[in-house]
Amino acid sequence: MSDKTMESCKIVSQERIGTDIYSMWLQTSQIAKNASPGQFVSVYCRDGSRLLPRPISICEIDRQRDQLRLVYRVAGKGTKEFSRLHPGVALRVMGPLGNGFPLKEAQDKKVLLVGGGIGIPPMLETAKQLDTRKVLVMGYRDELFLDQELKRYGTLYIATEDGSEGTRGNVLDAIRENELHPEVIFACGPTPMLRALKEYAQEKQIPCWISMEERMACGIGACLGCVCQSKEMDSHSHVHNKRICKDGPVFLSTEVEI
Amino acid sequence: MNTKVTIAGVELKNPVMTASGTFGSGEEYSEFVDLNRLGAVVTKGVADVPWPGNPTPRIAEVYGGMLNAIGLQNPGVEVFCERDLPFLKKYDTKVIVNVCGHSPEEYLRVVERLASEDVDMLEINISCPNVNANFLSFGQDPACVESLTSQIKKVAGQPIIMKLTPNVTDITEVAKAAEAGGADAVSLINTLTGMKIDVNKRTFVLANKTGGMSGPAVKPVAVRMVYQTAQAVKIPVIGMGGITTAEDALEFILAGATAVSVGTANFFQPDATVEIVKEIERYLEENKIQDIKELIGAVR
Repeated sequence: MSDKTMESCKIVSQERIGTDIYSMWLQTSQIAKNASPGQFVSVYCRDGSRLLPRPISICEIDRQRDQLRLVYRVAGKGTKEFSRLHPGVALRVMGPLGNGFPLKEAQDKKVLLVGGGIGIPPMLETAKQLDTRKVLVMGYRDELFLDQELKRYGTLYIATEDGSEGTRGNVLDAIRENELHPEVIFACGPTPMLRALKEYAQEKQIPCWISMEERMACGIGACLGCVCQSKEMDSHSHVHNKRICKDGPVFLSTEVEI
Repeated sequence: MNTKVTIAGVELKNPVMTASGTFGSGEEYSEFVDLNRLGAVVTKGVADVPWPGNPTPRIAEVYGGMLNAIGLQNPGVEVFCERDLPFLKKYDTKVIVNVCGHSPEEYLRVVERLASEDVDMLEINISCPNVNANFLSFGQDPACVESLTSQIKKVAGQPIIMKLTPNVTDITEVAKAAEAGGADAVSLINTLTGMKIDVNKRTFVLANKTGGMSGPAVKPVAVRMVYQTAQAVKIPVIGMGGITTAEDALEFILAGATAVSVGTANFFQPDATVEIVKEIERYLEENKIQDIKELIGAVR
């Protein structure tokens, strides 16, 4: 039996932490207990004209209170709806979904956590749970968010596109500028960033785990909407299409064609 | 109270089935739904060999519905028979295998391969809007439908349901052609061809440009087509298109459907199928209806 459940979750708190970036804590009954860093949840709109769940990565897990923190960007009507909801209001949530970051692979290694844009939130819980030497590199366009919280769990390097903070440029520029020499990478962010990290990891001959994103419908591996091209034959359809929602969202960079 | 219905001699414990492509082969949803409660599981389309499907994005949301352009990604009939069919046979529900192909030869290969398998019925998908555009005309041309139906009927080991496209001027013409070709039943509607454009990126949302529209927004169109088809043919009609609640399902039944399929609703309510079964039972009880068959086509 799987550990994913569909629940009605009350919003505990809702806070705007940046331009179009919101932080929401949800009261779950099972989801937080079962969640691990890098997994995601499907959040359903209350407005019935918007049918499909919004897949949102898990930013923080509070097992004791059984609460989940989602940090999300308002990218369309669905996330706009979420951002306007007040504490006490309930949302339907399914999760935890997918496979998170393989924390064991980082044991006794110097791990580099990389987040870019709205790929930053899942790195917070990942950083919290990783009990090893870790360095964090976060890439922002300009405005920072979650940086103060991330700092608590490791040395944080920042890259901003406009150079307003840290390295001017992208996360790769920050990795090179600060001469970071990781032994393993965990990353989440836009595809060009993941592609660059995949190349970097190949060059350095180190494993790199990346979290992918795609438009989803079912969120549980049935509809085959959110596939990515894989190097090896996939187990479901015996082609080269891994399901991001079920086989991922975290993949070894060499597993997928990006 | 009786909820059993019969299609081509196959008795379903209730009229609620899954719509092809929305439920895989049941495994993923078995975590949310007791498959034993369903009248039948209709599988995702199965071809003769594995199909990779279309590029992504394959999914777009539209008002009250969605577009998909999966392109019938599937593992092919051999993997299906080895892996998915044994899974489904563990449950006390009927198994209807949806069959897809690019040509009559491909359909026939799958149908022949399944003839000796423990499968209750076949649903022949002649109406997917997301595969080869030239071939789309197959399900839109009554003469082609009649010919393909009769070819399949000759080699099929199970009753066949022809799944019809709504993307035609008159669906009854195609339904009559399927009946003339020897179809045991027809199912409708497949998705309506649609398009969504991202005005910020100034591009198509779907990589395939067009996709099939489904979800609650298409239901009135589907109910109308089921009604028309039920008036036009003598074989059973299986209704689908936006069914989310028991009330939706009952609309289709009253319009003439012997059974119904639940599709897109699975994506936002994974236990929608079983909830609909329960609510139909409650409706029958509350309205003191002894046999659900009394409702089939009751609205004329």
